[in-house]
Amino acid sequence: MIGFVAGRVGKGIVVLLAIVVLNFFLIRLAPGDPALVMAGEAGAGDELFVAQLREKFGLDQPLPNQLALYVRNIASLDLGYSVRQQMPVATLIADRLPATLLLTGSAFAISLVLGVTLGALAARRAGRAADTAITGLALLFYATPLFWVSLMAIIVFSVRLEWLPSFGFESVGAGHAGLARAADIAHHLILPAMTLGLFFMAVYVRMTRASMLEVAGQDFVKTARAKGLGDRTIQRRHVLRNALLPVVTLAGLQAGTLVGGAILTETVFAWPGIGRLMYEALLQRDYNLLLGVFVVSSAMVLVFNLVTDVLYRVVDPRIEAAR
Amino acid sequence: MSAPPRRRGALAAFLRHPGAVIGLVILLAVVAAAILAPILYPTSPWRMVQRPFMPPFTLDRFPLGTDALGRDIAAGLMHGAGVSLLVGLVSTLAALVIGVPLGALAGYFGGRVDDGLMRFTELFQTVPSFALAIVLVAILQPSLSSLILAIALVSWPPVTRLVRGEVLSLRSREYVQAAVVTGQTTFTILRREILPNTLSPIVVLASLMVATAILLESSLSFLGLGDPNRMSWGFMVGAGRTAIRQAWWISTFPGLVILLTVLALNLIGEGLNDALNPRLSRGDR
Repeated sequence: MIGFVAGRVGKGIVVLLAIVVLNFFLIRLAPGDPALVMAGEAGAGDELFVAQLREKFGLDQPLPNQLALYVRNIASLDLGYSVRQQMPVATLIADRLPATLLLTGSAFAISLVLGVTLGALAARRAGRAADTAITGLALLFYATPLFWVSLMAIIVFSVRLEWLPSFGFESVGAGHAGLARAADIAHHLILPAMTLGLFFMAVYVRMTRASMLEVAGQDFVKTARAKGLGDRTIQRRHVLRNALLPVVTLAGLQAGTLVGGAILTETVFAWPGIGRLMYEALLQRDYNLLLGVFVVSSAMVLVFNLVTDVLYRVVDPRIEAAR
Repeated sequence: MSAPPRRRGALAAFLRHPGAVIGLVILLAVVAAAILAPILYPTSPWRMVQRPFMPPFTLDRFPLGTDALGRDIAAGLMHGAGVSLLVGLVSTLAALVIGVPLGALAGYFGGRVDDGLMRFTELFQTVPSFALAIVLVAILQPSLSSLILAIALVSWPPVTRLVRGEVLSLRSREYVQAAVVTGQTTFTILRREILPNTLSPIVVLASLMVATAILLESSLSFLGLGDPNRMSWGFMVGAGRTAIRQAWWISTFPGLVILLTVLALNLIGEGLNDALNPRLSRGDR
């Protein structure tokens, strides 16, 4: 197990290194002098200043040296400085990361629980009205633009019904503390987490349904039925358990899409996470910050993939035997 | 193999699928809108034609109302159809151009070539694709071609994986072995013997990829990364965002059109899947 985890961590580091190298070349593609880009300054500055920057970032050295310096900086968690926001990029991201983790984590949990439940329900009623309704709904959510459904949710639940707040992380100036603050944050979290979760719910509904129908046709299910087990027991203990494995695999692969979706959700709901930070960087054409968020979100996905890989091995010991 | 009768059977199977027919009708309507836009709305969709914030159904000439700058929303929707279809189609074609050869090489040669290519593919699959697309368009500057390039660069990995799997299973077939024995070049074997037989799953995947590409394009335009000279649906939703409390219609209609178009393509993809891969589709129901 330790060997497996070490192998996976090693692989993850190689992928991350490749992403950092990609980033290095992307900075050079950005409009304007790379020194100014890295300094977070878009307009042309004074020539002496530019020369200083070049020296600081090692841009007066040959390309391989520059790359080595860049990789070393990132390895020591130095993502550069954002002049627009007057703060180091790493600090900016670290401040925003918890909000994103809260949002994506909640959306992930909501989508997985709802998706598996509805998918299992549809599989049990395959071909009947409930199945048609659930698969139709899943198809609809699958095709809905995330940013649009977020806006529609605001119109319905915030503007018309006035049930839920439409933006922000918590009530500004309310001075809540402890449990009251947690409840306030949860209240703000409902709309973004639900809308972000809907698309992924659709993915899990389709996967769970297809996977359950496939497992239901297998011999061991027939055996269970022949033994005289009740339908509920068979569905829950024999079919669902086995059908969940491909769903878990898929959930691991969805991490990147989830982070991408968070960019849109956070933008619409002014949720103070790294997705919103990316949007702000975009508006200000702060390329250094933009690429910093990109590297960190890639790292997030890698960590998530690693965790699901390990979990998968714990859940299904057969995987070990197969390798 | 006897292709023509099977094709006809496939067409019949496709048309028997009620969802697929609905999807086809919606898609044809979108195509018609794209073609008719310059005829029905010859003036620029960016021009102010009425008072700002005019609600829908007030004036017959502007059935869907106007936005914050008095631009006709119906005109914007018609002109946006072309952009969405163009970006969706071209970026999918570009993704196929990248993905099919890589998958074919990986599947045909196996071994180290396969390992290397699959590592490369995995890298692109791990990276959060929407974030990469944002970075690419922002750095290359928003334009129709940078949108297409960015979407293609984040969409090809599934093609490679699919083609690799298909080629892997086909290359040991006897007719392929026969082609090898007769001394045909690798390129000819791949082009004439193997790739034609991978066509139907590729067609199904491509139809779903066009849907995803349209969603991606509208998401990028929503964030302000659309081509600044082209009216697009995503841009319209984004432009109406700040006025969402006063004027719900500005963002609602373009989003609804995106939803319908993407839904139509997904329905068509499902219909194609049932029609072209009958064995596969029976498995999941």
